[in-house]
Amino acid sequence: MPRINMVDAINLALSQEMQKDKRVMLLGEDVGKEGGVFRVTKGLQKKFGKDRVVDTPLAESGIIGTSIGLAVNGFRPVAEIQFSGFIYPAFNQIISHASRLRNRSRGRFTCPLVIRAPYSGGIRALEHHSESMEALYAHIPGLKVVIPSTPSDAKGLLLSSLRDPDPVLFLEPKRLYRAIKEEVSTKEVVIPLGKANVVQEGSDVTLVAWGAMVRECQKAVELLKDKEVSLEIIDLRTISPLDTETIVTSVNKTGRLIIVHEAPKSCGLGAEISARVNEKSILHLKSPIIRVTGFDTIFPLYQNEMKYLPSPERIVSAIHEVMEY
Amino acid sequence: MFNPLEGKYLQILDVNGNVVNSSLDPKLPSTTLKKMYEVMMLTKLADEKALALQRSGRMGTFAQSRGQEAQVGAGFAMEKKDWLIPSFRETGVQLVREWPLENFYLVFMGCEEGSKAPKGVNNFPVAVPVGSQMLHAVGLAWASKLKKEKVCAVTFFGDGGSSEGDFHEAMNFAGVFATPTVFICQNNQYAISLPRAQQTAAKTIAQKAVAYGFPGMQVDGNDPLATYVATKDALNHARSGNGPTLLEFLTYRLGPHTSSDDPTIYRLDKEVKEWEKKCPIVRFRKYLTKKNLWNKKYEAHLINKCKKQIEVAVKIAEKKIKEIKVEDMFNYTYASLTPELQEQLEYAKKAEGSS
Repeated sequence: MPRINMVDAINLALSQEMQKDKRVMLLGEDVGKEGGVFRVTKGLQKKFGKDRVVDTPLAESGIIGTSIGLAVNGFRPVAEIQFSGFIYPAFNQIISHASRLRNRSRGRFTCPLVIRAPYSGGIRALEHHSESMEALYAHIPGLKVVIPSTPSDAKGLLLSSLRDPDPVLFLEPKRLYRAIKEEVSTKEVVIPLGKANVVQEGSDVTLVAWGAMVRECQKAVELLKDKEVSLEIIDLRTISPLDTETIVTSVNKTGRLIIVHEAPKSCGLGAEISARVNEKSILHLKSPIIRVTGFDTIFPLYQNEMKYLPSPERIVSAIHEVMEY
Repeated sequence: MFNPLEGKYLQILDVNGNVVNSSLDPKLPSTTLKKMYEVMMLTKLADEKALALQRSGRMGTFAQSRGQEAQVGAGFAMEKKDWLIPSFRETGVQLVREWPLENFYLVFMGCEEGSKAPKGVNNFPVAVPVGSQMLHAVGLAWASKLKKEKVCAVTFFGDGGSSEGDFHEAMNFAGVFATPTVFICQNNQYAISLPRAQQTAAKTIAQKAVAYGFPGMQVDGNDPLATYVATKDALNHARSGNGPTLLEFLTYRLGPHTSSDDPTIYRLDKEVKEWEKKCPIVRFRKYLTKKNLWNKKYEAHLINKCKKQIEVAVKIAEKKIKEIKVEDMFNYTYASLTPELQEQLEYAKKAEGSS
């Protein structure tokens, strides 16, 4: 098994699926000749031709809107949006059509479309390049939202997304693109959508995170190494549909819950998770549910970026807080 | 040939039903001509019935096509396998394309089932967000091109829709990828209250095609032979691999924007009266009369036939809406129910039972 980073793992998933399924095609800005600004689609146009890896005009709504037509008429388009911060011109196509076509046509037309977009912060980027707005999409019925946290997960989750009968927004944490290398199977290992992963088992506190924040939780564990707190880390993998069962099972065991996300605190996914745990596990709780999140501010330019993003230290403080409650 | 920049536009029948451009007369067989007239009449009467249903509370808000019935020409020009991506004022074209009449009523009676195209009928549901549907037509046509099928996509939008950003993106993509797409702007002179002159500073909408590198043409949108010929020509062009065309059907919405609109606020009765003289149904009737294809007996028989068909459709629709279940709302969100939706469905069923 090759030791590769997330960029190469996504490339591998795309390449293997395109080899296998002629309906899969990629389209987006600079995805062909250049291989994408992060080189995620590097070499794919050469391998599969210009009809299957398409450099499009610079128009997000055009990319996603035409992908809807391609999907209905027999293709499995993978639309790349260069940065998730530029997806908004296409928001109407996502919320008004891609996610609703199955329902509107009573199943006659469906939209098996994957929208890939680099997302979240931590790479000292320009304005609009660092936000985590996943909650906007998790609020849309008919759309699935997937966020991987490791190269292997990225490959397995992308394979599932490419085979899913419904539209999937696949958000790729830029900070993780080249941060981790691990052995990734070249075989078809698919990871089901809608199922969370218990990354680490523990009995005192449940930490729920996704994307780049899973790693920050793991770093918090390192910081706590000598302390006698047993931590369970859940990586959601898919934020819509949300795997409530895995979260509730864990909280019923630990009695303490900390949710970590980069997105602004108010109306973030943490609020939804907290509400669900309140509905299903309130009598198991030994302390209030704590959210360690970004702030309800505009995402700062990079001088302040690390103060905005949840850090292992902030997660450790939250762990102390729930343990000492 | 009909360069919009030179002020030219395609007309075959004048307002009195005279053939003014005989070299372009498609010479359609009598049965087809009569069929065209019959669908125009059915559209008109179906609209009238819908308005009566709406006014008596049996149906919700809807958009009527009165004055724009010559759109059916485009439907007759299409092949069955082609895709239709309408906005929300294409009842006539939908009916030509085997859209069950009860579906028209069902949608506006608040039931999604009405938007389900029968198997083998490639008609998209109405698109309510103005101008957003043209991109789907580009994608559908692009897919056909990649599959090397000779299938085209025809999309409709209004003069208002041509101001939306997606109009630009759709036209641009269609031009770049040379997709077999026919863009039909039903320029009915008003986007709710805004007159065409305030919608764009361009003299015509057709000329916008020039900027995207493909042909555009203005067509008399109240002349069913002109809409037929223009669409047929654009489809031939597309089917032969020459890419998209933009057609601007010059027409006029004689009725309100929707059943909730009051057009007397924004336009003069005098103007409406002028356009009533250009009514496509009257014009086509005159043409058919000259060809000995129309008489009063035929008309009476036709109206009677349409009304019966409408009664049956309304009956089916009113029966179907009684069969709607709470599950219908859940079952098509995704291919299968998520655990959360399963839970919410159980709750919804319980709530329904207790109310």
